[in-house]
Amino acid sequence: MSTGHLLVVGAGQAGAQLVSSARDLGWAGPVTLVGQEPHAPYSRPPLSKAVLRGQATVESLALRSPAFYRDQHVDLVLDERVTRLELSGTGSGTAVAASGRSWEFDRLALATGAEPRRLDLAGADLDGVVVLRDLADAEALARRLDVADLVVVGGGFIGLEVAATAAAAGVRVTVVEAGPSLMGRVVSPVTAELVRAAHQDAGVRVLTGARPLRFCGDRGSVAAVELADGTRLPAGLVLVGVGARPRDDLARAAGLRCDGGVVVDAFSRASDGHTLAVGDCADLPDPTPGSDRRLRLESVDNAVEQAKAAATTLVGDPRPYTGVPWFWSDQGSLKIQIAGLAHPDDEVVLRPGERPGRFTALRYRGDRLTAAECVNAPADFMVVRKALAQGRAVSRAEAADAGVPLKKLLA
Amino acid sequence: MPKVCYTQPDGTERVVEAEVGDSVMQAAVRNGVPGILGQCGGSLSCATCHVFLDERHADDFPPVGEDEDDMLDVAATDRADNSRLSCQLVLAAGQEVHVTIPETQL
Repeated sequence: MSTGHLLVVGAGQAGAQLVSSARDLGWAGPVTLVGQEPHAPYSRPPLSKAVLRGQATVESLALRSPAFYRDQHVDLVLDERVTRLELSGTGSGTAVAASGRSWEFDRLALATGAEPRRLDLAGADLDGVVVLRDLADAEALARRLDVADLVVVGGGFIGLEVAATAAAAGVRVTVVEAGPSLMGRVVSPVTAELVRAAHQDAGVRVLTGARPLRFCGDRGSVAAVELADGTRLPAGLVLVGVGARPRDDLARAAGLRCDGGVVVDAFSRASDGHTLAVGDCADLPDPTPGSDRRLRLESVDNAVEQAKAAATTLVGDPRPYTGVPWFWSDQGSLKIQIAGLAHPDDEVVLRPGERPGRFTALRYRGDRLTAAECVNAPADFMVVRKALAQGRAVSRAEAADAGVPLKKLLA
Repeated sequence: MPKVCYTQPDGTERVVEAEVGDSVMQAAVRNGVPGILGQCGGSLSCATCHVFLDERHADDFPPVGEDEDDMLDVAATDRADNSRLSCQLVLAAGQEVHVTIPETQL
């Protein structure tokens, strides 16, 4: 069956990886990769950093060279948004784009990604209230960074990365986070507090437990953000970074089961048993060995590793997707790296680094290491990622002694 | 144009023409050379672009940096004297570089 037409809808990190891996594993038939943006697949992480600083171009961000698509016989179709799928029930079908263009396929993979959530608040449609997801968003944001005051709504990775970049460029930045701490869904309160202090040292004002009530305009453009407690924050520009929702509408309309993402099994197969879904759009079994929960993962690691595993399903040699999820976020002088997925109530063992601004927070469930939150401590990150991947124990008692390098504990 | 010759652990070789200013990691990933992942895109966050740099090029690149050094110490494949993270090997015009790819990056 690896001679039919493979259609991949969505030309981001996961889509690009899937076509590459399918070819690597011997998919011999035609391959079409359809994307709705005008650009060939590119790397998104620099959008909140290098692109805002004017230090990246669409060429420098490219995930694959033009020669790759030519040599691998991948038909890359850009600027086309697939709006309808007709599935036969045996894996084949037809995809139809908004333009009317259509593709018949023998096998379909959805890599449609996610889109930024927006706030349903008065003034949310004012000019200058923006989100950041794609290159066009980043270029628009970069052009507007000459404002005096930026308000970032949402203290997650994207919001904090933009806050750090803008502050370094001389913009007065206020981060407004509704939850009790920054990055509340992904790091422990201990890490969140240390990161908060670093942002404040860099001149960023951080408000937690703060809820925006409305965006106030002046002649159609945003001028301020009003908070629920009455505070009025001047804002020539507002970035809303409050998470993303999976783009699963296509799949749902085609009758595939969706539940906050396209529901797939460990082989990336959707509910029809044939269609694949990979990357941000998929609701999948946690790939962490031993875990039995389901989740959605928005990360480069997941896009790449799930797509690689999905390619084995495509070529008829299915291997389940397993691995230790990891994430990173560069926020000004902070290099934050997270290995493993902790539960919110996992305990914290803090290992201060040998100098300020460098530390690792290990997460333990009982005596079992579940994750690590590393700030400017790349070696610790590597050690924990390796330990988790190989199922090796790191003694909690020994780990609490910051005088002993973590790498010694693995030896 | 700079050229990079990648040798896989099994000895197979592939030569890729790169752009000036690309890193050895970028040239590999963009051209689908297996074994160099470069997941973080070159921000020294993942150490999935470990290579063994041919000794004759040792002085052609800046020395190993502090973070790079720390990460190589615990790379998935054991470090050797000529280990580098290939995202740190930025190519100049006319340069020809030979690297060997390790068994595993994760």
